[in-house]
Amino acid sequence: MKAAVIVFPGSNCDRDALCALRDYATCDVSRVWHRDTDLPRVDLVFIPGGFSYGDYLRSGAVAARSPIMSAIKAHATRGGLVAGICNGFQILTETRMLPGALMRNAGLKFVCKSIDLNVENTQTPFTRAYKGNSSTSIPIAHHDGNFFADKQTLERLEGEGQVVFRYGHNPNGSSRDIAGIINKKGNVFGMMPHPERAVDPLTGKTGGLAFFESLAGAFQ
Amino acid sequence: MSEVKLANFEQARELGLSKSEWNVILKRMGRQPNETELGIFSVMWSEHCSYKSSRRHLRKLPTTGSCVICGPGENAGVIDIGDGLACIFKMESHNHPSYIEPYQGAATGVGGIMRDVFTMGARPVALLNSLRFGAPEHPKTRSLVSGVVAGIGGYGNCVGVPTVGGETNFYAGYNGNILVNAMCVGIAEQNSIFYSAAKGAGNSVLYVGAKTGRDGIHGATMASAEFDDQTEAKRPTVQVGDPFTEKRLIEACLELMQTGCIIAIQDMGAAGLTSSSIEMADKGGVGIAIDLDCVPQRETGMTPVEMMLSESQERMLIVLCQGQEAIAQDIFERWELDVALIGSTTDTGQMVLRHKGDIVCDIPIAPLGDDAPNYDRPWKDTPQHAKTAANEITACNSAKALQTLMKSPDMASKRWIWEQYDRHVMADTIKASGSAADAAIVRVHGTKKALAISSDCTPRYVTADPYEGGKQAVAECWRNLIATGAKPLAVTDCLNFGNPERPEIMGQFVRSIEGMAEACTALDFPVVSGNVSLYNETNGVAIPPTPVIGGVGLLNDVALAMGFGTARAGDALILLGQTTGWLGASLFLREMEGREDGAPPPIDLEMERRTGVFVSDAIQAKRLRAVHDLSDGGLGCAAAELALASECGLHLHASPDLSAAAWFFGEDQGRYLLVVAADSAASIIEDAKAAGLHAEHVGAMDGESVHLGDTSLPLDLLRQNHEGWLPDYMEDA
Repeated sequence: MKAAVIVFPGSNCDRDALCALRDYATCDVSRVWHRDTDLPRVDLVFIPGGFSYGDYLRSGAVAARSPIMSAIKAHATRGGLVAGICNGFQILTETRMLPGALMRNAGLKFVCKSIDLNVENTQTPFTRAYKGNSSTSIPIAHHDGNFFADKQTLERLEGEGQVVFRYGHNPNGSSRDIAGIINKKGNVFGMMPHPERAVDPLTGKTGGLAFFESLAGAFQ
Repeated sequence: MSEVKLANFEQARELGLSKSEWNVILKRMGRQPNETELGIFSVMWSEHCSYKSSRRHLRKLPTTGSCVICGPGENAGVIDIGDGLACIFKMESHNHPSYIEPYQGAATGVGGIMRDVFTMGARPVALLNSLRFGAPEHPKTRSLVSGVVAGIGGYGNCVGVPTVGGETNFYAGYNGNILVNAMCVGIAEQNSIFYSAAKGAGNSVLYVGAKTGRDGIHGATMASAEFDDQTEAKRPTVQVGDPFTEKRLIEACLELMQTGCIIAIQDMGAAGLTSSSIEMADKGGVGIAIDLDCVPQRETGMTPVEMMLSESQERMLIVLCQGQEAIAQDIFERWELDVALIGSTTDTGQMVLRHKGDIVCDIPIAPLGDDAPNYDRPWKDTPQHAKTAANEITACNSAKALQTLMKSPDMASKRWIWEQYDRHVMADTIKASGSAADAAIVRVHGTKKALAISSDCTPRYVTADPYEGGKQAVAECWRNLIATGAKPLAVTDCLNFGNPERPEIMGQFVRSIEGMAEACTALDFPVVSGNVSLYNETNGVAIPPTPVIGGVGLLNDVALAMGFGTARAGDALILLGQTTGWLGASLFLREMEGREDGAPPPIDLEMERRTGVFVSDAIQAKRLRAVHDLSDGGLGCAAAELALASECGLHLHASPDLSAAAWFFGEDQGRYLLVVAADSAASIIEDAKAAGLHAEHVGAMDGESVHLGDTSLPLDLLRQNHEGWLPDYMEDA
């Protein structure tokens, strides 16, 4: 599988994502600069975590207007996979490729800790390697991870199986404990926890491994 | 030059210069300086930039060793970590600004120390913070903690460098002057290290990064004076940080460094454009000419002295091979950073500044360094404290004392703090705050090696006896690295003291350095970089002397990294190192008895070294299940931390000779608690004894309580107390 990691000024998990995709999803990965207007021929676009443009405006708001975004939207329209982690998730909601918004954490503080997640949907290309009705542990590290959507949207997300990950203990005030969602078409996915930081037993738990294994399996 | 106003001694005095310093300026210039020139002299000769009170004593520290590539004198220290790689690191204080404006003060402290490291060609890979706040009940403490922690997190998290460790103390002695010491560790290729000497005339001087504003003017001078009741008015001298620009600067500078066109590079830290340009020219033996009209400016109408003294953040000065400007321009513009050609190096040895057609400064560069004041300030020894007898404290319910100590501000869990720091970005963090290890461990990317990093100081000891306290800070740092399985390599220091013009404070400074020097020499642990922060006083009351040591060690195989969260029920507990029941200057004495008397525990450095080598060998031989060094709160607190981290209770026997207080909470140095499988305890003890060390079987892992002699405390209750104090305190606003 071929993947592109998008780099915005202020992205800081691009290298981590690149390494995890290469080592655990056996991807052929390249970096794509935000100012480019074309994507290389890839199966997966990965929008990494960080603080694009410092997140001095709403998190992800400026990056969502970067030149590369129209190519990413076209890629998604063609059915290509898009994953946004942390800042990447924020950017995807800012582009409206995913519904809802990520507001400041309810506790108003940045929170970095390993967190238990329930895997709610294992029928997606991003989670197929997780066991059904299982829980896993992946670290979070964000200031703006409080997922919000109106009631209708939340009902629709739940009804259509678009809630992919839910927090075991809600760390940020997210509506209905939502940690990760997928679009209706099933190819655009966003989550606040960082699976790329949970792949190597030397650095901690390995709850993110199945995420990358799912991706590795998606194109076999 | 005629249009420019000349300065007089009154102005010089306001800028912190003495009469004798003023006379040196007159003599070397052969005339009165103008206001710009005077401003430059005043910051270059401030305590902060010139180290005028400390220089002669800093020379006593050992700075060489087999691993040292570059010792003090550059932006940061450089050591060899093998395979063609170097570790570049330094610690720096941002005390004065953090007290005045905690968020920005702490944030810019983190930013500044990262620039010192990447300036030399290293990618920053780890941050630590050594923090000291006033008493919890002091009205400012809560907001200072909140602001400093948010500032550190806000900066480091955004730049994307993990904050992996540090220490936090609370003590009334810091009520009027908190300490915020930030350490940064980076990794570089040995053949791509950048220094500050701008050799060769005719090269281009490039300004990159943020625009220059009026923030931080006279920051270096502020950091060289005491606080008084008007301190709040100094808020405008605190700089404002922009981590997004810092992140882009790191990427752009590291990219430019690959091109081979940089001759010298410096960040504009304290005293901004002045010290960066003068240092590069001075070290390179050249002159420098700058056209101030070319400096990117954030505000209008800035005067030359304002531009030269501004401490606006996230700015770098680069001397580039002539003709290579386009390469640099291209890189910085891609990262959307300001870049401007502002001058060139010359063969005159003078610093010449032009502004709106006038020459506003023309001073010889060499005297700024050569003639910088170098004082031998009078000092006197701290009076010796009497020893505290081991069995002096007779009444002690050990479990109750443990409960009190483990929730005391200094011992309580700092989770509330470190959960606000991104500890895992870069995906190489093996152990960080909360990971149950005595030092942070960060893997060298793409290898199986790792760096162990720790910052340490026990101000109680340094207050009681600066010499022994200085020794102890070094030894504890060394011990913490040893306990993780690392080979300790070198240290950086951050020396925080009061007003050096007072002989008793100067005495603390001098004797601490001498103690540090002895320990660094004995442990082969050279000092490669550092920072001195004096004048930490308010209305004549100084902080406790606080020489913080930041040590770096190397693990050749990260899989052998050792911690103390891996003990299992049935394992045996072995206490390595001699216990005499030393309660002088201990945490127990302060928290339980309200006493701060007594001599601090002495350190036998030869024994320290041998004990460390034994632990190190045992870890390499995979003979230990877990290791924890003994420090504040002695055996009892070390065991409690081990039990909490391992989620397993334990039993510690009482001592036949020592009182419960002395045995469980005495703070004799050079000790480790070793956890081994029960059936290998005897052989470890035998081997330790054969190596001339003291080792004894003190208990075992078992159950769900911590038993100290015949008293006990359930693990759950201990955890509640230990974890509860800081969040309860912070949220009780």
